Amino acid sequence: MMSYREALREGLREALQKDPKVFLMGEDVGRYGGCYAVTKNLLAEFGAERIRDTPLSESAFVGAGIGAALAGLRPIVEIMTVNFSLLALDQILNNAATLCHMSGGQCPVPLVIRMATGAGRQLAAQHSHSFEGWYAHIPGLRIVAPATIEDARGMLGAALRSPDPVLIFEHIALLNREGELTGAAVDIDKGAIRRPGRDLTVLTYGASLFKCLDAAAQLAAAGIEIEVLDLRTLRPLDDALIMESVRRTHRALIVDEGWRSGSLSAELGMRIVEQAFFDLDAPIARVCTAEVPIPYPKHLEDAALPSVEEIVATARAMVAHES
Amino acid sequence: MTPAPEVRTLTPRHSLELLAQMLRIRQFEDRCAQLYTEQKIRGFLHLYNGEEAVAVGIMQALGPDDAVVATYREHGHALARGVPMNALMAEMYGKRTGCSGGRGGSMHVFDVSRRFYGGNAIVGGGLPIAAGLALAEKLAGRAGLAACFFGEGAVAEGEFHETLNLASLWRLPVLFVCENNLYAMGTALARSEAVTDIRAKAAAYGIASAAIDGMDVQAVEEAARGAVQAIRNGGGPQFLECRTYRLRAHSMFDAQLYRDKAEVEEWRKRGPLITFTSRCKALGLITEEDFLRLEREAAAEVDAAVRFAEASEWEPVETLRRFVLAEPRA
Repeated sequence: MMSYREALREGLREALQKDPKVFLMGEDVGRYGGCYAVTKNLLAEFGAERIRDTPLSESAFVGAGIGAALAGLRPIVEIMTVNFSLLALDQILNNAATLCHMSGGQCPVPLVIRMATGAGRQLAAQHSHSFEGWYAHIPGLRIVAPATIEDARGMLGAALRSPDPVLIFEHIALLNREGELTGAAVDIDKGAIRRPGRDLTVLTYGASLFKCLDAAAQLAAAGIEIEVLDLRTLRPLDDALIMESVRRTHRALIVDEGWRSGSLSAELGMRIVEQAFFDLDAPIARVCTAEVPIPYPKHLEDAALPSVEEIVATARAMVAHES
Repeated sequence: MTPAPEVRTLTPRHSLELLAQMLRIRQFEDRCAQLYTEQKIRGFLHLYNGEEAVAVGIMQALGPDDAVVATYREHGHALARGVPMNALMAEMYGKRTGCSGGRGGSMHVFDVSRRFYGGNAIVGGGLPIAAGLALAEKLAGRAGLAACFFGEGAVAEGEFHETLNLASLWRLPVLFVCENNLYAMGTALARSEAVTDIRAKAAAYGIASAAIDGMDVQAVEEAARGAVQAIRNGGGPQFLECRTYRLRAHSMFDAQLYRDKAEVEEWRKRGPLITFTSRCKALGLITEEDFLRLEREAAAEVDAAVRFAEASEWEPVETLRRFVLAEPRA
């Protein structure tokens, strides 16, 4: 058994062992061991040149990652949390996502940026948001969200093999979750069916995956079999798998910890309308985070986030819908 | 300001080279202005007239393995770095033979074969990239450095301060070159900075810094050679504030309401071409015939570049989506 946190660390260790061009930099990744203890002990193993503590200068160290990637290294940049990544948005959007096209293909940016995302630990409105769907708006980036232990370990290696900038969103509510490593190969191109079912497809990713699996177990007891599809990659989306599943179950429910307005969930819904409208037996539905900055007290935070109860109730209503 | 160094190191051959480079840039820029009025060049166009001594002087000190990051006013840097004028002019047109395949235009000149990494049109946005290019040199144990050009407007950006701190903290081989032309678009330095001594800002981060006469190509070259030597000797980042002046408008959409014509005329008298040419003539390093020949050669090169750009093909629309992600190299 291994925790999600340990799996992330294993992924980093393997990457650093495998390729001397790989190095990690970010705030408190070295001596402190990482804000969420993901990088604990890596400094002792790999030294301060490759496990680089940075000043609190998100724009400078993300941009430095871009420059180092342009010069042939394989930097991994850790941003402490997704809210802080906004301080580096200029570098991520105007440079990492743009240089390859703007230079006529001369300047691909093989940079990996990892960051913590999501709510659930009472960290309030500047440490709890889910902006991965927002980043998925940007051409030139690859956006991935590991939910399982396997993906927590393996997505980093796959991201480093990509010649493009890859942003990895690690959900803070999953860090202590434990699971088995199977050792299967991990890609960053495809979604995965985590539980097959015939009555409805739920599209989700990150920590919401486990809420959906809990909901599926409850629904199964009531004779409703829902299929749980882990998107894994938010850009590009695995349209083929999504449509194959929705055409089979004829119902699509999207569960996303992001806000719903102008969102990834809206994009998913529209793609299904465009590609599988006539296969639907019920309107597409969404369970998303309430459109509020995430509040601090537990009862309000819980109320803001997608819940198993809401997923169960929504799925039931959809399955009951007469087409 | 540091006084201009003595001229004793200048040979006839080198003075011709410096003059030729500055003339090429001047004539290229003047032709771009004309092509803009003919609507051959569109978008934003920022010309380097008056500032040629900075790019030409700095590039003398760099080697082929050094990296260069510049701004959206970068035609001069590209030419001085060796980007072929044909490819540069084709990029102005947006043709597929342009040095960025036509996708970048005037503000986004790239030539990785010459380690020329843009062409960054976000003020201050190139500084962190230069730090990263330099970090790669250091981590890979190579002797190269990254030269980073930016205007004095960039010193108001957070990325300037973040990067100076990072480069100094990690002793990265970066040559910071601030082209202080006194105006950030239309905002005079004193209208945007509480402390207008830019050199002092760099010094505050523990970076060796100097303010030099950016209108004097010899002074720039001398300072650049010293700074590059210091970097190669392990002295960490160096900072040069080159005091210069933009003789043309900020871009082609600028009525220049923010500065007096008399001020522009005063600086015109100090222009890098005029002053360097007369100095070299007075020292017997070049003749009027030399100057006229260089002018003719530059004009011919520009003419040829325009013909090349005119004759070049447009990128087919079918390729629009290429290069959003990396493609396998052939």
